[in-house]
Amino acid sequence: MTERPTDRKLPGAVLAELLGASKTYGTGGTAVRAVEDVDLTVRAGELLAVLGPNGAGKTTALGMLTGLTAPTTGTARLFGKDPRDLAARQQMGVMLQSSGVPNTLRVRELLAAFRGYYPAPLPYASVVEAAGLHGLDDRLFGTLSGGQQRRVLFGIALCGDPELVFLDEPTTGLDAEVRRTLWATLRRLAAAGRGVVLTTHYLEEADALADRIVVLHQGRVIAAGTPSQIKSLVPGRRITAESSIGAEQASGWAGVHHAQRDGSRLELLVSEPETVLRELLHRDRSVAGVTVTEPTLEDAFLTLTHPTKEAA
Amino acid sequence: MTTTITTKPPVPAAAAPIRHTLRSALRVYRVEAWHEFLKIVRLPIFVVTTIALPLMFYVIFGITFAGEQAGGVGITTYMLVTYGAFGVIGAALFGFGVSVAVERGQGWMRLKRVAPMPPLAYFVAKVLMSLAVATIIVLAMFTLGALVGGVRLDPQQWLAAGLALVAGALPFSAMGLAFGYLVGPNSAPAVLNLAWLPMAFASGLWIPISQLPTAVQSIAVALPPYHFVQLALGTIGASEGGSPAVHAAAMSGFTVLFLFVARWGFRRDEGRTYG
Repeated sequence: MTERPTDRKLPGAVLAELLGASKTYGTGGTAVRAVEDVDLTVRAGELLAVLGPNGAGKTTALGMLTGLTAPTTGTARLFGKDPRDLAARQQMGVMLQSSGVPNTLRVRELLAAFRGYYPAPLPYASVVEAAGLHGLDDRLFGTLSGGQQRRVLFGIALCGDPELVFLDEPTTGLDAEVRRTLWATLRRLAAAGRGVVLTTHYLEEADALADRIVVLHQGRVIAAGTPSQIKSLVPGRRITAESSIGAEQASGWAGVHHAQRDGSRLELLVSEPETVLRELLHRDRSVAGVTVTEPTLEDAFLTLTHPTKEAA
Repeated sequence: MTTTITTKPPVPAAAAPIRHTLRSALRVYRVEAWHEFLKIVRLPIFVVTTIALPLMFYVIFGITFAGEQAGGVGITTYMLVTYGAFGVIGAALFGFGVSVAVERGQGWMRLKRVAPMPPLAYFVAKVLMSLAVATIIVLAMFTLGALVGGVRLDPQQWLAAGLALVAGALPFSAMGLAFGYLVGPNSAPAVLNLAWLPMAFASGLWIPISQLPTAVQSIAVALPPYHFVQLALGTIGASEGGSPAVHAAAMSGFTVLFLFVARWGFRRDEGRTYG
């Protein structure tokens, strides 16, 4: 990354935001509310993860921030302007879940084209370096592996030396090693004072990477905060055990918020572990390998997206 | 977040757009056009078929109607223009129509739009490609006509006919563009063929218009390729009716209409997210 201290935004400065933004596709009886009344703020030096299951409205939210789609009601701002404004767009980089990149163009040519769109692009060598494209310059896009193609798309997002980078599910389909390399690059970008926004449905990714998480579900923000704040929204503990008891049955017990099975293991989210442990040991004499731990982000997510019955 | 909605922008608007210099702006257009060209050179099937088709038809129909006359000139001369027009129109329609229909739905175009690519660069690149392909088709047709068809024309006539045919790439690129915005990516080639082939026939591109049934001749007046081919035939004195001014006015009218449709489609796409 080259440093441009003169126009670097102060850490914490608002780079982009959605204010009460809603997006409806279609009209009348067939109208679909993709996003409803979403407030979202992106700050310099911050890595923001927009987390949600498929169809939660993540891509639509990103579309409104990047000016690909206009909010039906509410406001989207990018660097204080309409996201379709050229001056605003010149300062952002976007990595979409892109399809249709011409297979017959070389990596070098693709990067050259995108660098050309910006009046003050990042030097070519820096793009190659940051996106890990060494030795791929002269390869045709169509001959690259899936992971390599993702890296090219990431390089394209960096071409304009952006203050703010949007990435729509950047690590979907990447193997663990490539994913970690990308994470490291994203962390470096945020540490250098850039804003980074990524959508993901990997909880692990949001937990490991993000300074702040916004959880979207059915088009609404259902939680926002640091990973530990989100986790703290889940009261109680997580119990796992080797047990023959079905998830259905366990979910009926007092104090159990959520129950599911993972192979031979029963996994429970509970408010008071003692009560539930007593029940478990009583019902299943052969229970083994019992663990009681802090809830994970995944548990928080499950609790948030599947509102549970009140403990009796 | 401090307050909810403020009227003043959250970041001091230091962000005046850094302007491209004329040179860097021109480079965007040049690179875009060069890449369109590279796509075709590296995957030449499309061009090979669009060039081969009119050549093949010219030979087949030239043999079928050998020795006859049309528009006051020999059939091989007449058909050099009509099949030249057939080739140029087909290339422009398909080069534009199918590629725009396919590309507009892809993440790639959205990515270029936010990049920020000047939208015009995309279209200018395609128009240049369209003109280049038209030039290749016309040169190939003329070579075949002169060598195999025994066509003899004045140098001015060769030049005028060639320029008229190549210029046809422009209005029919607009038509292809309009099609590209009207049809979906999967149905584009089929719908285009269904519209284009009967239109080519009824416009007198395959068989001289004077030899078509009168009912078809009356339809031809409403079809852009008819006006185009009559203009082109006029350059070698083989036009079969209508004044050049009327044909030119009709072509201009059609082109404006197609551009309006395309603009409407482009705007419609802007307000829509795919996938």
